[in-house]
Amino acid sequence: MQDEHGIQAEGLAREFKGGIRAVDGIDLQVAPGEIYGFLGPNGAGKSTTVHMLTTLLPPTAGTARVAGFDVVREGAQVRAAIGAALQEAALDPLLTGREHLRLQTALHGMGKAERKRRGEALLERVGLTQAADRKVQTYSGGMKRRLDLALALVHEPSILFLDEPTTGLDPQSRNALWTEVARLARDEGVTVFLTTQYLEEADVLADRVGIIDHGRLVAEGTPAALKAEIGRPSVEAIPADPSERDAVARTLERFGRPVPGSPKGVAVRLDGGEEALADVVRALDAEGLHLAHLQLHAPTLDDVFLAKTGRSLEGAGDELDTEAEPEPVPA
Amino acid sequence: MRSFVFVALAVAWRGVHNAFTNPAILLPSLLFPLFFFTAFAGGLSRVSDVPGFDYPAGYTAFQFVFVFLQSAAFGGVFTGFAIARDFESGFARRLLLAAPRRTGIVAGYALVALVRWAATASVVTVVALLAGMDVLGDPAELAALVVLGLLVNVAAVLWAAGVAMRFRTLQAGPLMQVPVFLTLFLAPVYVPLALLDGWIHAIATVNPATFLLEAGRGLVAGEPVEVAAAFAVAFAAVALFTVWALRGLKSAESAG
Amino acid sequence: MTRPLLLQVGHLARRSVLRTLRQPLNVVPSFVFPLILLAVNVGGLDTAARIPGFPTDSYLDFALAFTFMQGALFATTNAGTDLARDIQTGFLNRLSLTPMRSAALLLGQLAGVVVLALIQATLYLTVGLLAGVRPESGVVGVFLIVFLGVLIALAFGAIGAFLALRTGSGEAIQALFPLFFVFLFMSSMNLPRNLIEIEWFRTVATINPVSYLIEGIRSLIITGWDAQALALGFGLAVGIGAVAVAAASVALRGRLARS
Repeated sequence: MQDEHGIQAEGLAREFKGGIRAVDGIDLQVAPGEIYGFLGPNGAGKSTTVHMLTTLLPPTAGTARVAGFDVVREGAQVRAAIGAALQEAALDPLLTGREHLRLQTALHGMGKAERKRRGEALLERVGLTQAADRKVQTYSGGMKRRLDLALALVHEPSILFLDEPTTGLDPQSRNALWTEVARLARDEGVTVFLTTQYLEEADVLADRVGIIDHGRLVAEGTPAALKAEIGRPSVEAIPADPSERDAVARTLERFGRPVPGSPKGVAVRLDGGEEALADVVRALDAEGLHLAHLQLHAPTLDDVFLAKTGRSLEGAGDELDTEAEPEPVPA
Repeated sequence: MRSFVFVALAVAWRGVHNAFTNPAILLPSLLFPLFFFTAFAGGLSRVSDVPGFDYPAGYTAFQFVFVFLQSAAFGGVFTGFAIARDFESGFARRLLLAAPRRTGIVAGYALVALVRWAATASVVTVVALLAGMDVLGDPAELAALVVLGLLVNVAAVLWAAGVAMRFRTLQAGPLMQVPVFLTLFLAPVYVPLALLDGWIHAIATVNPATFLLEAGRGLVAGEPVEVAAAFAVAFAAVALFTVWALRGLKSAESAG
Repeated sequence: MTRPLLLQVGHLARRSVLRTLRQPLNVVPSFVFPLILLAVNVGGLDTAARIPGFPTDSYLDFALAFTFMQGALFATTNAGTDLARDIQTGFLNRLSLTPMRSAALLLGQLAGVVVLALIQATLYLTVGLLAGVRPESGVVGVFLIVFLGVLIALAFGAIGAFLALRTGSGEAIQALFPLFFVFLFMSSMNLPRNLIEIEWFRTVATINPVSYLIEGIRSLIITGWDAQALALGFGLAVGIGAVAVAAASVALRGRLARS
């Protein structure tokens, strides 16, 4: 089920009643077999973009092709080629895991024998064989997400859309899901379009990352390239004697601009990059300042987000939520 | 005592404020009695032509008393829904934490029920009078009917509060509502007790709600009957459900 | 209907029935409440059969028809809240990403309504027969009573589906329940229309289609074969059903704005 086309979007936009432009002209190129991470705070337009790419919501401007098909004119072909796990708990709490798979395979037109074979294989793969005959309302968040993924894979799609797949999951379940998504891309060549508000997720999983804010793509590239663009690491020093904090700060500021750090310490972004670290140590030594702790911080995607939008990703979503879909109701 | 009053007034203020600023809460408890009044007094008036039906104030007054007392009971139950909602949202837990005298919480909710019913009862009465209801009772008899309604209202809210505080979920709604509904409807709703036959006559004869209805109808007609029995039933219900509600409060407290 | 569509309808109907049966708190009332109300009304209004001009001497025979109407009301809210929940949880989105025909979703939901209505109608009628009701229309009439009962539930279920698809909110459906209840009461439910004394009430009951749905079933029980009552009952049930299904289809198309 190798896909040869990936995803292309040009000027994709969606305006809602009242003139709110949830997505405001997005250009995208996702190569076949690539994992593309769509990173942004709540309300940035991530889900609206996914809904347009999965044919659930017609765009108000622009075009998009998914798996080689136009999302507006060739919706049925697009849907046949893609799998999607959208939102949290888009499951029926009263059906069992196995019943969900039976319904989904049947709606995809599979014959009885194939339904059974495919259903069992997927349950096995996402580790739900044991729980297959329990109602979904008894599942944990991680189990629901895994069932969600299994349902999205029923018809062996070549492109997979995952809308915030790990929101609300514990670290262990999150890691399990990451492993499975990475395996799908690596072993089966599935193209993955993944939205997330977690930097770590984009960093670990994505080949390339697009950063979206207020409906616009503000940066795009591999995680490494984006971080390199911001470039320089920061250094943080904690004096052994708290009274020397100001002196340490004065010394460090010769090497770059201050950035937020721990309350006891001082941090600056190094103008001279990693190589400047040795000079920093020598300068502190020359001033006779003793340190309890010295650490070099590599740039993170949060630094990228901060640099591109002027805000930190954490808490950036506390603004008006302009997403298309209502928040899912807890089961 | 002062803290009891403060807690009760604070809870009451908030409940009344919620009810009167949120039509979705107030309207059903206002419209339901009106609807029953219309359906029964309007739709069934020919029932008074049944041989042996001899209520002097007419069928409109006959049904008015039922709807008046029913709205008192259901006003209490609807307030019970609000308590259950408060437990679901966690607000009730906040109340339990904040209140120095927790019994004041129950009293506060009872006050909410009274205020809400006062509004409903006024509307129902005005509508009944506009519909041409005959009132033959004197002011003292009518005042007695109002007091009877107040007692029913308080008893009902205490009943519902006891259920709400034990189950702490809105899903217990039917449990609050159905017994009240059955008690009211297994009484002489459409015709006097004497015209009921068979099993329903047997049940209605021992149903405490029968005393309330017969006494209420007697008061409006200016021919008091069973008044002492009705007040005894009403006071007993209030006493019984006070214990029930306070135990419910204990159960909510121990659930944390 | 083509075979794949039929298969999809079958699977969605199966799900609709399963989820309903797995919510006993929703199902049991739809079986029990109409019977309780029947018992209460028959107990309280038994003497009404003595009003001069009353069409039968057993109030039970007269009142039994209303249970089917109430069952239909439950079909409205059950179908409506189920569908609304699918919209709210995103389950509808999941379904619409499959090659499912949109007609299958609606028909599946309604097929579920039919299965439950069949159980309900059989129960109400059995209880009636056990309590001594002997339909004047005989054995054929008994089947026709169940059939009309199911048809009415189907029509009302479609109204519920339409409301769900239009509002997308289970709360809105629940809030409309009292309104529907009023609609049901303002009919010839408790007394024949010619015995309703208050004029405006009689007028409302006369223009309320619910009266004719009830009278259709009632005629089979107390009259026998009344062509006019049956034509009105069946005609209105089919008419309301057709309009509601059409409206729901349009609403569904709007809801599944997929391209």
